Amino acid sequence: MSSSTPLLAVDELSVVFRGRGSDPEEVRAVDGVSFTLEEGRVTGLVGESGCGKSVTSLALMGLLPDRGVSVGGSAVMRLPGGEADLLKLSQRRMRDLRGSQLAMIFQDPLSSLNPVVPIGRQVTEILRRHRGLRGSKASKEAADLLYRVGIPDPTRRLREYPHQLSGGMRQRALIAMAVACRPRLMIADEPTTALDVTIQAQILELLKDLVTEEGTSLLMITHDLGVVAGLCDDINVLYAGRAVETARRAPLFADPTHPYTVGLLGSIPRLDAPRGEALTPIRGSVNDNIAWTDGCAFAPRCDHYTMECLQGPPQLVTAGAGGGAAAADGGAADRAAGAGHAYRCVNPVRHADVVDRTVLESPAVVGDDEEAQG
Amino acid sequence: MPTTPSSQNPSRAEDASDAGGPLLGRKAARVDRLAELMGERDESGHGSGIWRTAFARMRRSPMAITGAVIVVVFVAVALLSPLIAPYSPTSQAWGDEVFPNQNIFVGPRGENWLGLDNLGRDQFSRMVVGARQTLMVGVVATLVGFGAGALLGGAAGAASVLGGRWGRQLDNVVMRVIDMMLALPTLLLAVTVAALVGPSLTTVMIAVGVAQVPVFARLLRGAMISQGNRDYVLAARALGVRKRRIALTHILPNSLGPVIVQSTLTLATAIIDAAALSYLGLGNPDPAFPEWGTMLADAQRFLSSAPQLAVYPALAIIVTALGFTLLGEAMREALDPKLRK
Repeated sequence: MSSSTPLLAVDELSVVFRGRGSDPEEVRAVDGVSFTLEEGRVTGLVGESGCGKSVTSLALMGLLPDRGVSVGGSAVMRLPGGEADLLKLSQRRMRDLRGSQLAMIFQDPLSSLNPVVPIGRQVTEILRRHRGLRGSKASKEAADLLYRVGIPDPTRRLREYPHQLSGGMRQRALIAMAVACRPRLMIADEPTTALDVTIQAQILELLKDLVTEEGTSLLMITHDLGVVAGLCDDINVLYAGRAVETARRAPLFADPTHPYTVGLLGSIPRLDAPRGEALTPIRGSVNDNIAWTDGCAFAPRCDHYTMECLQGPPQLVTAGAGGGAAAADGGAADRAAGAGHAYRCVNPVRHADVVDRTVLESPAVVGDDEEAQG
Repeated sequence: MPTTPSSQNPSRAEDASDAGGPLLGRKAARVDRLAELMGERDESGHGSGIWRTAFARMRRSPMAITGAVIVVVFVAVALLSPLIAPYSPTSQAWGDEVFPNQNIFVGPRGENWLGLDNLGRDQFSRMVVGARQTLMVGVVATLVGFGAGALLGGAAGAASVLGGRWGRQLDNVVMRVIDMMLALPTLLLAVTVAALVGPSLTTVMIAVGVAQVPVFARLLRGAMISQGNRDYVLAARALGVRKRRIALTHILPNSLGPVIVQSTLTLATAIIDAAALSYLGLGNPDPAFPEWGTMLADAQRFLSSAPQLAVYPALAIIVTALGFTLLGEAMREALDPKLRK
């Protein structure tokens, strides 16, 4: 299904923002995140606001400002001309890769489109830049693209301005621009947050189709666990700049292990909950954390923390198949069996029953799991 | 009962597959018709949406209408002045009727609508021909200011947003020079330029234009930098669009709105400044040729005996400047997204 080396291997990615002035304050937005992306699979980065999701994606795209930011670690991507570390490529090389090999879909489709330029010119611009198409050839291809992402009457839409399109249509146009050059890797930064729920489902469906048809790898950044359940194959839960739990979809939802994941899942409102029952939030906010070097950053908000949690940074532990002691990881068979489930906690939660089973049993999820097993 | 569903299912499936074609066809036809309808309604609005809505808003604003009427009348008079002016502005046909030394002036009469000036020339003709000068000075000066300012400010803004470290340094250097220009009062700067180049109408135009450069430069740079932080620029960068293209096709068109509004306002200032320079004797060295500022300066000597000679050009300058200012303000309001209802 996937080749031996992953499409993109992110290893210990870290992003530090430095303030200006004589005594600059450092903020570690991303603090050693590692994950791999495979072709034709959707990988989710999940976490609440401020946990480093978007910064991770911008770092991979090389779009962080050049001033006051230092990026560490590596992100090795398999490119047509051999492997290369995205974080160390020159600006010029990155510009060539962006749009052709890497593409990004942003959260707010209205502000991500230029308001004074017709949609058509914004789409043909990319075709011209990376595929050298011009004139009628480019506009024909642009119309094809818009049609492919489900925009009816594309030739007319090409002449229109962003404000003349609906929210869902705008996001489709942005997706069309992202897939214009068939990138190997797409990053979607909360692509459905600014849309209403019915449109969300359509957009997710479209993204899923593009991934299966084109064999693109999709990095899905979201805080919406519903989106994760419906779309992602592999999931990384981030907290305060580090991955706290990494697993395939089924094990994550069936057996969430890190207290943060459990808390996230537990805080989803349930339709079948008794009327008037209060929601169960995670206490505090992202700001109530301690440095990872001192212990678990989630400890101040955790219901299960002990003194052990505050003794140095917790390591990423690989869960055994039965949920027992840490087992050696790495075997391909092991991975296919749904292992590769790792968590960063010294007091993991065992058999938490927090998931709304109906989410997992929706047809899309079940159908997809069977594919993954095969 | 167990047989019913199985016997129904195939037929239903057949129905669906049979109906699939026509149903889809009908649906597609409906979509196309809707699209056509929308397209028809859209034809009128095909073009830039922002400007069209701004225009629609301006049509309802009395301020804009007043300004527009004044500006249109002024421009029409200026352009058609040879046709409108009844007499030559330099001919002293009635020289023997006016004796400034004895305080004898000729006021408005049937032959000369606004009377005669101190040398016995038709004041109305001079006013009308003077309008052309004033318009030319205003427009050329604004174009000079707009062109040079937009070039400097645009380059600085684009460099700052997209040029990395070197770009920011370039921006810094350019903007410090602009700041120095801004520190000088407009008129002083204009007088300096006029003094350097020597008095002529071209001097006035260049001087007034140069004085407007820092305003345009700062405005465009500021707009470009604020646009440079917008999501669509990030999105364009994420798609690998070249920097030059981002600057020219994405950032610049979005930043031009305030600059265009400013140019209308600048026209008013330029007209006043040009009149002031001419008044100070830095304008057209040929005093015979009418220009509102020069006329004002000439009339000054007879202010006590013939104040009307000063009132006409002064009023003309004020009303014209007011017209451009009203139009500019109305445009600014119409284009300002914060003031939109």
